[in-house]
Amino acid sequence: MITIDFFYLLVGLLFAATAVMNLRDRGNPRRFSSALFWGLYALVYLAGDHLPPLAAGLLMVAMALAAGFDLVRPGKAQPLPESERRASAARLGHRLLVPALAIPVVTMIGSTLLKDVHLDALPLLDPKNLTLVSMGCGAIVALALACSITRASPLQGVREARRLIDAMGWAVVLPHMLAVLGLLFSEAGVGKAVAEVTTSYIPMTSRLVACAAFCIGMALFTVVMGNGFAAFPVIAGGIGIPVLVGVYHANPAVMAAIGMFSAYCGTLMTPMAANFNIVPAALLELPDKNAVIKAQLPTALPLLGVNIVLLYFLM
Amino acid sequence: MHTAVNLWPLLGIAVVVAGFLLRAHPVLVVIAACAVTGLAAAMSPVHILESLGSAFLKTRNLPLILLLPLAAIGLLERAGLKEHAQASIATIRSATTGRLLTVYLFVRELAAAFGLTSLGGHPNMVRPLVAPMAEAAAEARIVAAGGRLDERLRHRIRAMSAATDNVGLFFGEDVFVAFGAIVLMQTILRAEGLEVDPLHMALWGIPTAVSAFVIHAWNLRRLDLRILKEAGSKR
Repeated sequence: MITIDFFYLLVGLLFAATAVMNLRDRGNPRRFSSALFWGLYALVYLAGDHLPPLAAGLLMVAMALAAGFDLVRPGKAQPLPESERRASAARLGHRLLVPALAIPVVTMIGSTLLKDVHLDALPLLDPKNLTLVSMGCGAIVALALACSITRASPLQGVREARRLIDAMGWAVVLPHMLAVLGLLFSEAGVGKAVAEVTTSYIPMTSRLVACAAFCIGMALFTVVMGNGFAAFPVIAGGIGIPVLVGVYHANPAVMAAIGMFSAYCGTLMTPMAANFNIVPAALLELPDKNAVIKAQLPTALPLLGVNIVLLYFLM
Repeated sequence: MHTAVNLWPLLGIAVVVAGFLLRAHPVLVVIAACAVTGLAAAMSPVHILESLGSAFLKTRNLPLILLLPLAAIGLLERAGLKEHAQASIATIRSATTGRLLTVYLFVRELAAAFGLTSLGGHPNMVRPLVAPMAEAAAEARIVAAGGRLDERLRHRIRAMSAATDNVGLFFGEDVFVAFGAIVLMQTILRAEGLEVDPLHMALWGIPTAVSAFVIHAWNLRRLDLRILKEAGSKR
């Protein structure tokens, strides 16, 4: 069975390689602390569940401090000159698209056709992490295809991956750390406290106010938590079910569908949803880390208004 | 029925909001919010660190989707994938940035609605293909008018490419019955004693999904107008 542990190992090795390459790169003004940062992250993936929780917690704090005090810097990239890339593009043409498209294709094949394939009574792909494992296989197939088309070695692939990881820097770990904060929020009962405050202080005296409070509450709570899945139970339990369904006899399916989409409007507006908003800004090398959020505001805000109106008339 | 709820953990949210408003380093904001939330919930420092540690290990599957494609994408970039995408789009005369991104939005949203959420994404589609093509389409217009694509507009186009991927994914996937969000909603409503058919939740999502497409396509049209204006001013 191909399990997610295999890909944890690969990612751990990739981070370890990033650490070593940065350590040996004299072009990196902070090579020791950068290497330490990526080395610690490699440990999270290589040692995994063997790490005691206390050690993992200390490790996370150490990484956060290194990133927060600007000790993680990119090394010196050695890209090919543009003329060489153009020549290579002209030579290889559409063949360059094949590995890029192999990733989604293999992911889809893995998560649909190979879902029920078994080897010796064990499923071929880990059913608990089917999409991730399929995507990992897709990435390996794509790397193999890319190596054969461009006649580069897999080691060059690792160098290129390190270049991209370096360019993103600490933005790579931000979504991971935000997920940790989300789990801590729920352990500490933040959701309950928010539900308490919203339901005790907003008067739900009219149908429109209730609809608006529900949709805006979903969006705002998602802005804070960075995740619609965290907002939905709180606001649906606090406003949706007791007020919209209980008092105004809303159709629960409409309430749920539009509520979740209102939460997604919040996701478009928050740096807390780092993997959708901050990481792409880093990946596209934008100087303003909030540029993607700014581009999304003119879609998210009107759509939230539309949601309130739709909920009012459809529920 | 009124049990006392501990409101102190809300301080954690206050730290997050204040941190982002003061433009503090996001990673430091997260760590500070973790410390404040834990202390407000009367956890001991060791307990907080242990909670953070086990959560950090439990969620380490999250970055995989970003990291795994990087080696292949990096190699292709070195071999000129961006340049190839740009050269291909420049040969299509009717291609504008807005139209190109609208087509991508349509395909991305429709594919996600059929459960094909992996057909896209920032590391494997937006960075190597969509953003370079969107930039090249604008560049072709502006260069034809004798100008140069300025950096601010270039960055705006890149940000819009990433935004288009997000909008398509978010408002498509929730229309798909087997998607996690629908399962989550069903579970939560069931716990509250409401039995809801997942198909109905998916169907009632369609009006919003269509509105999202229309609003975002309109914003892309506005981007096109801005590019045209830029090209016009260079004439």
